[in-house]
Amino acid sequence: MSQQSSARPYMNPYLAGTVLGLVLFLAFFITGSGLGASGGLNRLLVYVQNLINPEHVDQVAYLLKMAGGNANPLDSWIVFLTVGTVFGGLISGLMGRRVKFETNKGPQISNGTRWFMAFIGGALMGYGARLARGCTSGQGLSGGAGLSVGSWAFMFAVFAGAYALAYFFRKFWN
Amino acid sequence: MATFPLPLADLLGHWSSYVVYALIGIAFGMTLESAGFGNSKLLAAQFYFKDMRVFKVMFTAIIVAMTLIFLSSALGILDYNLIWVPPTYLWPGIVGGLVMGVGFIIGGFCPGTSLVGLATGKLDAIMFVFGVLFGIYLFGESVSAYAVFFDSSYMGRFTLPELFNASYGTVVFIIVVAALALFVVSEKVEAKVNNRPQQKLPAWSKPAAGALIVLAIVALVIGQPSNEDRWQAIAGESQAKLDQREVQIAPAELLKYMNDSKIKIMPLDVREERYFNQFHLRGALNVPLRSVQEKAEELQFELANTVFVTMSNDEVGATEAWKILKAESLPNIYVLEGGINAWLETYAADSFAEQDRISGRQPDQLAYKFKAATGSRHPAAEPNPNFLDLKFEPKVILELKRAPVSGGCG
Repeated sequence: MSQQSSARPYMNPYLAGTVLGLVLFLAFFITGSGLGASGGLNRLLVYVQNLINPEHVDQVAYLLKMAGGNANPLDSWIVFLTVGTVFGGLISGLMGRRVKFETNKGPQISNGTRWFMAFIGGALMGYGARLARGCTSGQGLSGGAGLSVGSWAFMFAVFAGAYALAYFFRKFWN
Repeated sequence: MATFPLPLADLLGHWSSYVVYALIGIAFGMTLESAGFGNSKLLAAQFYFKDMRVFKVMFTAIIVAMTLIFLSSALGILDYNLIWVPPTYLWPGIVGGLVMGVGFIIGGFCPGTSLVGLATGKLDAIMFVFGVLFGIYLFGESVSAYAVFFDSSYMGRFTLPELFNASYGTVVFIIVVAALALFVVSEKVEAKVNNRPQQKLPAWSKPAAGALIVLAIVALVIGQPSNEDRWQAIAGESQAKLDQREVQIAPAELLKYMNDSKIKIMPLDVREERYFNQFHLRGALNVPLRSVQEKAEELQFELANTVFVTMSNDEVGATEAWKILKAESLPNIYVLEGGINAWLETYAADSFAEQDRISGRQPDQLAYKFKAATGSRHPAAEPNPNFLDLKFEPKVILELKRAPVSGGCG
């Protein structure tokens, strides 16, 4: 693993899971809404789209809901949660001395290949997350804890999709 | 009634309430980063059984949060009806999940984890975030081409206990035990794949697992509150409103709002179908009293400016329905004063009212005879307010909706 020697080790997964569970519970307990990520990115994107081409936004039903007319796509709790997530990651990274410009990849591929893969994988993730009406955080974690049938079916599908193709991509990671 | 979740926008104001979400986001990001989720290699290792961190963190979080949610709901502190449970769209969810799984193994992140990867300078995470934005952009542009599929297999707020016809406590308990068992298995798998002895678990892990099981059992034993329990919790305040007639609105007030484009009136006609067929208000939904509780879930999804008005022949059935819906935390519900009979008395033509009045009727019976099933085609189903003098004591006060209309990835 390409980490600085001074980087502190990651938290024990069960401890991290317990803390994450408490954060998730508190999010539900206080706000009723749970956690999420892709929705915030979606609204940030629509905000930019609306600056560039507001007529287009007003013509596409899916975008209209967020930024049609004088609706402000940033006027949503999820945007603030998403911005907070980035800051939280930075704070924790600084505390653990893990902030470093680097590319994590398997030893057999170049940085360029890894970046290309990351972009393609990200595009699939972004597309799939909107189709499924939520990502691993919003559907999986939050919906899973709330016992939604759709969220559990979704979670199995994510793991199934990744495990099904893991063999073909082994060279990229190992 | 359960105090939590809090009506944040009411308490702090619209924009200031977002501070709370930002703080939750910070805690979320810190946890994801500490768990190692900023590192794509560590995330991908899950799918080669080398490091099952993703599974362990995710399912520990799910069972901890789930147990606490249903425990606090059982204790009456948290209102589960006001908790966002993603509505099920089964097939779009599954297909989207599969696409995401493929994206996960190719890209090495999911949207949440890529944000903390980006925050800690991981270049692959930055590329991934650009990819996510591109994917979302493509989705926005293409979804209208298959909107039918995107909105298909909708099942509403549908939960595992409803699917398996078991109690919430039972399902929570089974999931907790199953997840703990899978943790034991994943420790063995990791040791085998990496060809090393099993890692020693921290000393607190067994007591913590035991404590979680105990909490799940407590939630199971207490059980989730029934509609009757929920009513008892609010009966003091709510019965007073009924007794002081604060929630019984005059026919004229209902008629006014039926013609107000800023308010969506949803008349809930709780009579049996035979009455409903004889006469009902235009746009009324027939929800016989026995199915009112079942319907409550669906009604939570109505727009925030919806005002529900329950109605029966007089007020008996409508008041029962009001109690049931109030206990289920539905906002903005009122009772039609005097029921359908009072409505007809006010708005049916005088000739009709005199000829067809039934004398010596029983309580909650229709006071008028209809020669045919007129439904909402009867002139009194939607009187024209412009020709009427609408005088009433206003009672409707629009309260902010507390059940989240979006959640998770909103």
